[in-house]
Amino acid sequence: MSQATLRVQKISGHAGSVPGLDTQRQDLVCKLVDTTTCIGCKACEVACVEWNDMPFSPTTFDNTYQTMPETRWNYWNLILFNEHEHEDGSLQWLMRKHQCMHCAEPGCLEACPSDGAIVQYSNGVVDFQQDHCIGCGYCITGCPFNIPKLNNVTKRVYKCSLCTDRISEGLEPACIKSCPTGCLHFGTKDDMKDLAEQRAKQLKDHYGFANAGVYDPPGVGGTGVIYVLHDVTKPELYGGLPKNPTIPLSVKLWKHPLKWIGNLAIAGGLIGLFVHYLRYGPKAREEEDIRPFGGQA
Amino acid sequence: MTNGWVDIKNADMMLVMGGNPAENHPCGFKWVIEAKRTRNAKLIVIDPRYTRTASVSDLFLQIRAGADIAFLGGVIRYAMENNRIAKDYLLNYTNAAFVVKDGFKLPEDDGLFSGFDAKTQTYDKATWNYAGSGGGGGRDSAQGYTLGAAAHPPSSGAPSPPSLPQTVEFDPTLQHPMCVYQLMRKHYSRYTPEMVERITGIPKDQFLKAADLFTSIRKDGDLKKVACVIYAVGWTQHSFGTQIIRTAAILQLMMGNVGRAGGGVNALRGHSNIQGATDMAGIFENLPGYLKVPIPADKSLGDWMHRITPTPSKPGQWQSFNYWSNTPKFAVSLLKALYGDAATKQNDFAFDFLPKVDRNYSWTYLWDNMYNGVVKGLFAFGMNGVAIGPDSKKNIDALKKADWLVVGEIYPDETSEFWKSPGITTDEMKSIQTTVYRLPCAGFAEKDGTFTNSARWLQWKNAALPTPLDCRLDQAIVAQIFLKVRALYQADGGKFPDPILKLTWNYTDPLNPSLAEVLKEINGKTFVDAEDPATKQQLKANQQLPGFAWLKDDGTTACGNWIYSGAYTEAGNLTMRRDASDPSGMGVHQNWAWSWPANRRVLYNRASCNLEGKPWDSARRQVWWSESAQKWVGNDVPDFKPDSKPADHMGPFIMNPEGVGRLFAPLGAFAEGPLPEYYEPTESPIENLFHPQQSHNPVIKRFKTPDDKYSTPQEGYTVVCTTYRLTEHYHYWTKNNPMNVQLVPEPFVEIPEELAQDLGLHGGDKVKVSSIRGTYIAKAMVTKRIKPMMIDGKKTYQVGFPIHWGYRGIAEDEGKTSKTLANLVTPTVVDPNAYTPEFKGFLVKVEKA
Repeated sequence: MSQATLRVQKISGHAGSVPGLDTQRQDLVCKLVDTTTCIGCKACEVACVEWNDMPFSPTTFDNTYQTMPETRWNYWNLILFNEHEHEDGSLQWLMRKHQCMHCAEPGCLEACPSDGAIVQYSNGVVDFQQDHCIGCGYCITGCPFNIPKLNNVTKRVYKCSLCTDRISEGLEPACIKSCPTGCLHFGTKDDMKDLAEQRAKQLKDHYGFANAGVYDPPGVGGTGVIYVLHDVTKPELYGGLPKNPTIPLSVKLWKHPLKWIGNLAIAGGLIGLFVHYLRYGPKAREEEDIRPFGGQA
Repeated sequence: MTNGWVDIKNADMMLVMGGNPAENHPCGFKWVIEAKRTRNAKLIVIDPRYTRTASVSDLFLQIRAGADIAFLGGVIRYAMENNRIAKDYLLNYTNAAFVVKDGFKLPEDDGLFSGFDAKTQTYDKATWNYAGSGGGGGRDSAQGYTLGAAAHPPSSGAPSPPSLPQTVEFDPTLQHPMCVYQLMRKHYSRYTPEMVERITGIPKDQFLKAADLFTSIRKDGDLKKVACVIYAVGWTQHSFGTQIIRTAAILQLMMGNVGRAGGGVNALRGHSNIQGATDMAGIFENLPGYLKVPIPADKSLGDWMHRITPTPSKPGQWQSFNYWSNTPKFAVSLLKALYGDAATKQNDFAFDFLPKVDRNYSWTYLWDNMYNGVVKGLFAFGMNGVAIGPDSKKNIDALKKADWLVVGEIYPDETSEFWKSPGITTDEMKSIQTTVYRLPCAGFAEKDGTFTNSARWLQWKNAALPTPLDCRLDQAIVAQIFLKVRALYQADGGKFPDPILKLTWNYTDPLNPSLAEVLKEINGKTFVDAEDPATKQQLKANQQLPGFAWLKDDGTTACGNWIYSGAYTEAGNLTMRRDASDPSGMGVHQNWAWSWPANRRVLYNRASCNLEGKPWDSARRQVWWSESAQKWVGNDVPDFKPDSKPADHMGPFIMNPEGVGRLFAPLGAFAEGPLPEYYEPTESPIENLFHPQQSHNPVIKRFKTPDDKYSTPQEGYTVVCTTYRLTEHYHYWTKNNPMNVQLVPEPFVEIPEELAQDLGLHGGDKVKVSSIRGTYIAKAMVTKRIKPMMIDGKKTYQVGFPIHWGYRGIAEDEGKTSKTLANLVTPTVVDPNAYTPEFKGFLVKVEKA
């Protein structure tokens, strides 16, 4: 795959058709995270920070092995550690790699008002284009997984890019490359689904996990990151993985029925603006203070 | 490891105990996952805490730290009672049928084996022997080998050490009351599930579940399936660590799991090259290749060889290869490597140049010696002496008394700054007279050379970066010091200059020897033209040796470490090989790097076949007897005499003079007994339930300085404590690296929820863990992963903490930690065989800080 083959199929805040849509067939890509073989070693966390050249930020002890409570604008990939005690007193220490799910119907993209700030490639990857980001934070509201994070200094939002720079060159994402146990897999969505179902079957047949299954939530059209869980009926045990994630109603309303009302308001506003301009003339521009990417949040 | 990392993928059952490989060996741990994924293998984890490894286990049991022998003894009993043993293997490949000498006594009533002298706290081991005849100097020439020891007779008057009988009495029906099998049965009959529960804190039903699951692979005696045992320093760091590992070895031998793909007793080494350090004589009792060091009583090469070269000891009709009979070839070749032309037949190959080891030079003894003013100075390279040993305060106090200290490091560390450790006042600082030299060394990525991994593979690595500024490679520093000392000897003479003046130092750059040249030297060469009589392969003088089979005891070969011979041959540096192909699919990888010995990947692999030489499991074929070729062939290098027919009944454990695996380890093999018995840790919450009058390991000697104090429950130290490591950090080193510090920023103590409730502690509160020696202060991690346990009916808590912090590092320098060292609380008490300190399973008090 070369970069040229990555075709945009949806664009945020963009009216009209998507340029080049469906001009080339592209398989959906997918990460498979098998939580039943994750040992929480955090190699993927380190690989993500290093590959993406993230600046370090301080952490504090928080009564857990988890690096930090949630992802940060400069920390896109986090293993969540959860101690779960069963009714019979037995214990499970659940570890889940938490990162952007690359939803087929991405709430962030739906919510984003800025033209081209969020795109979905035809391979399914949802990618933020910080050049076009206006820092409104709507994508944060739109995400059912609490993933996008705002950098308060640059006023732009960041998250996992699924290593588009690597996968467009035919490489696997950095986290996949670093995983020592092979709990992380990468391939086409169909292949990953098959592999996940096989593993879930093995867990049922040989390891006594009657509810083992694959997490690929239909509420967001399926995801580009899927999980094998010991108990697929209780995803919330894995650090609050939502049982049936959907795009928030407010986002749906805002982007569809309410959009026309909004458009009317904008039109009204523009007319008002035009009248105002005719009456008072242009306003002097103020210098903005924006520190470069990499400044401490 | 008897096996190797990749080989774990062949296992059907895995027992991880005394180790946390998912935490400490995450890359190697992939093979455990692979076995689960591809073979539906089961993983049992026994640990004081629910660990990262436990998180992917199929059965986890929480054990009291240090109670491992009680658990394993219980499993041995279970396997015997329920016929989950490998009968043919046991009979033919172990000493189960050997009859033990009259007068030998088990420790069942008083906790002592026969021969104990309470005054010296040592054993007269004369009765720890087999019944039989002959022995004591008799050499087995039946194999057609020229046994070099005969060429170096002992000088008159040297005491003859007690020896094994040449012909051992044995009872193949296993009924003789003094046969090893019956003794074991009697010995472990006391390890009932009830007793296991009272000692270990593992409820009886859970213990039985684990014992049943582990031994289920031997249901009805079927030998197809294989189980492996995986351990690390959670077993070694006890005052009976060696005996824990022995118990596991006995269990594995009884179940027929040793020598087989997917089986074995597998030590996971903690550092990238700890195996290499051990192989190259990191232990004071060894010379390279596990040759026992000469002692002052060895007046000549002959004395030494006579003392350390074993003779075969076996039932009359069986054969024993007794590979250590080649000891003189290894020893003379080592002397030739060390002293070259100065080592001649006339001067006993410069035997006099070798230091004679007169006392215990192991870690804790060295520091005790320094504390007592005997040791005056210390070179500390590649380690942080103050932080890594037990009882840091004693070590700091010892350094205050030293004249000088040289530290080679890349960071300022606790050792080089011992003189300003917390608690030392400015006034006291002025009184410390130790001169400290800090040398800028090179980091791991700036050095080339080999790492020998846990699987015994020597793997070459290249330097990734040049050394910065004036930092130097370790070998350059050592070489410069050595050459300076040599020049001083040359100029001024000295008491005994020859060992220094005549040491071989033929490197292209003497001031900075290339490690490839050193490896070549270690591999060894021949000084004369030579020919292998069997294969007719010829070598020219000064060519590299293809392997240790070529070594001679007549001074015509040189070899720095016999087990590494074959690593750098005329074919080049084989440790650089990177051919990942694996035709058998069994993870053998014959052409990846080079594995000692002789590029063999699974040790004792003859035992993977039945008596006729056919694999126990036809799906996992390692080696086998080829009738057509009349030799042993296979996917791995046979660990055996290649042309020994199965009918000869040669034992597969060729490094033992018996030729078989030792359930009963005779004579001086171990300090505290030929069979492992359960003793309590030096500091334990209860007295030994088997024999309260002999609670602890009877041969343990305590140190006597004012800093050596031991906690007791009577003084209020009632919580069992253990120490360990995190995957996010590497020893006392990565606390200087922002990435690692970001992952785990601060030290912490893991505390059971119930204990936290008792103390009114919340996660993140500061907590004080004190032993009688010192205090460790860090934040509390309140967790469900450690539960209170019932030990002999009494509720007992365990706590633990990782060791990675000290008083220099990112968090330390920013004032975010209490700057206490983990080892301020650990006791200076060591295993009597390996001298490893008891870092795990000691007593503390826990309080809110």
